[in-house]
Amino acid sequence: MGAVYSYSYSSYARNLLGATIASLAVWAGLYLLLTGRGERFNVGGYLLRISPYMWALYGISFCIGLSVVGAAWGIFIAGSSILGGAVRTPRIATKNLISIIFCEVVAIYGVIMAIVFSAKIQAVNSSSGFSRSDYYTGFSLFWGGLAVGLSNLICGLAVGITGSNAAVADAHDQQLFVKILVIEIFGSVIGLFGLIVGLLVTGKAEDFAGVI
Amino acid sequence: MNEIYFNADAGYLEGIVRGYRDGLITAPQYLNLTQCETMDDLKLQLATTDYASFLQNEPSPMSTSTLSARCTDALVAEFQYLQQNAAEPISKFLDYITYGYMIDNVVLLITGTLHERDTHDLLEKCHPLGFFDTMPALCVATTVQDLYSTVLVDSPLAGYFRECLSAEDLNELNIEIIRNTLHKAYLEDFYAYCQNLGEPTASIMADIIRLEADRRTVNITINSFGTELSKDDRAKLYPRLGNMYPEAQTRLARVDDMDQVKAILEQYGEYKAMLLGVSLNSTSGSSGGNELSLEDRFFSKEVQLNKDSFEQQFHYGVFYSWLRLKEQEIRNIVWIAECISQQQKDKINNYTSIY
Repeated sequence: MGAVYSYSYSSYARNLLGATIASLAVWAGLYLLLTGRGERFNVGGYLLRISPYMWALYGISFCIGLSVVGAAWGIFIAGSSILGGAVRTPRIATKNLISIIFCEVVAIYGVIMAIVFSAKIQAVNSSSGFSRSDYYTGFSLFWGGLAVGLSNLICGLAVGITGSNAAVADAHDQQLFVKILVIEIFGSVIGLFGLIVGLLVTGKAEDFAGVI
Repeated sequence: MNEIYFNADAGYLEGIVRGYRDGLITAPQYLNLTQCETMDDLKLQLATTDYASFLQNEPSPMSTSTLSARCTDALVAEFQYLQQNAAEPISKFLDYITYGYMIDNVVLLITGTLHERDTHDLLEKCHPLGFFDTMPALCVATTVQDLYSTVLVDSPLAGYFRECLSAEDLNELNIEIIRNTLHKAYLEDFYAYCQNLGEPTASIMADIIRLEADRRTVNITINSFGTELSKDDRAKLYPRLGNMYPEAQTRLARVDDMDQVKAILEQYGEYKAMLLGVSLNSTSGSSGGNELSLEDRFFSKEVQLNKDSFEQQFHYGVFYSWLRLKEQEIRNIVWIAECISQQQKDKINNYTSIY
């Protein structure tokens, strides 16, 4: 009774694809294991064969890319509510630009960190390849960039949602704006945390130099 | 997680609807309205509200029916602005809200055609929010089969007519049965649709629709006392929703007078508070002083639920709630206007203030 009941062609196709990939993976794994070739599945060797430039550049692109996604997301969440509320209550438009600015700041953090990180990328002119320090630089830029990017993404979302709440509350009752702004400030501190951690993680990384 | 993508389609409209809600008349303004002596005073007081632009061109001796029509025009203009600026999926929700009005319009046109009224007059009386393209063609059909196969099968109400097609001829009693059966199908469909919209829309709309279903159940019961509607037919008209479904509905189907209805309602905590002091034999407008009838108390409970839906952001319930609150406000204004124009100020405070 192991039949899969499919509701539609698309879910049938998805199940078929998943089953094919799973069975291929199991076949390959068992083949390597049972014919004594298990050493060939070498994750660490694979990671070391990836150029540190790849890690570093991935880190930089995550840093700026995810930060900008977070900023844009937050701006559209807050901005649409500000526009809707301002039709009836035009006075909220100027004051609520603060929420948009807080979201924008998140993108600026991303840009700054991307510039700082990209300064460490230099040409490697050594005939012996990359040094240990280069590998460390690559890894630290990857994880530092990811840390900055993800925390800015979430910060942008938080500030955007709170900004939308602030706009709607301000349109209803003027006293509420400053109170909700305090919450928004706490939310925007999250992006700052990401920036600090990114700086700490990449602080000891040296520029790419190769084996001297 | 609803908050992160809700504003993409509906953020602007939610801001607009909350702006509309801020324009609802507050309790102090209602007090000013009740102090008015003539309809002109009332018109002057209403000039500071959202109705100003619709009332200012009316000639001076204004009747309450004109006032009601102009206020409804204001409501319709605001709702149509929302509909014009809506995209999927919010536009589907707004369409669902209008189906209730479409049902009322269809029943109005059928009744009017049976009594051989002028088509043009009938179309004027239809509610503008419930207008659909093929509606004027309803005036030519005579039997329900005919109506369905020529006109209604293309309208949004097609699915609700399946349970009605067994009605043979259209006489007075059957028209009301058709109306209630359509509304029952509509409520059940709307409820199912809202459950598919995800939290928090689902839970907020579920509460509101359940109250509506209970209100209809009680109204159908009370209105069927003394008519030739059989108990089984009455049970078939109850929506299969609400706090009273299914136990209380089976008992309500068998009762014969208001005392038994009251006894059944008292078993529900939320309705027990509503029944205190209600006089049993009044419909609306009440007897004796400032008591509210059962109908008015249901309205107050509905107003409370609708006000609560504005406490949360990022859900579609605000659109429905605003519309109901605005309709309640128009009912209040028309009540006050009637009391003023007939110079019967003793019952003028029987309105349900919203804020």
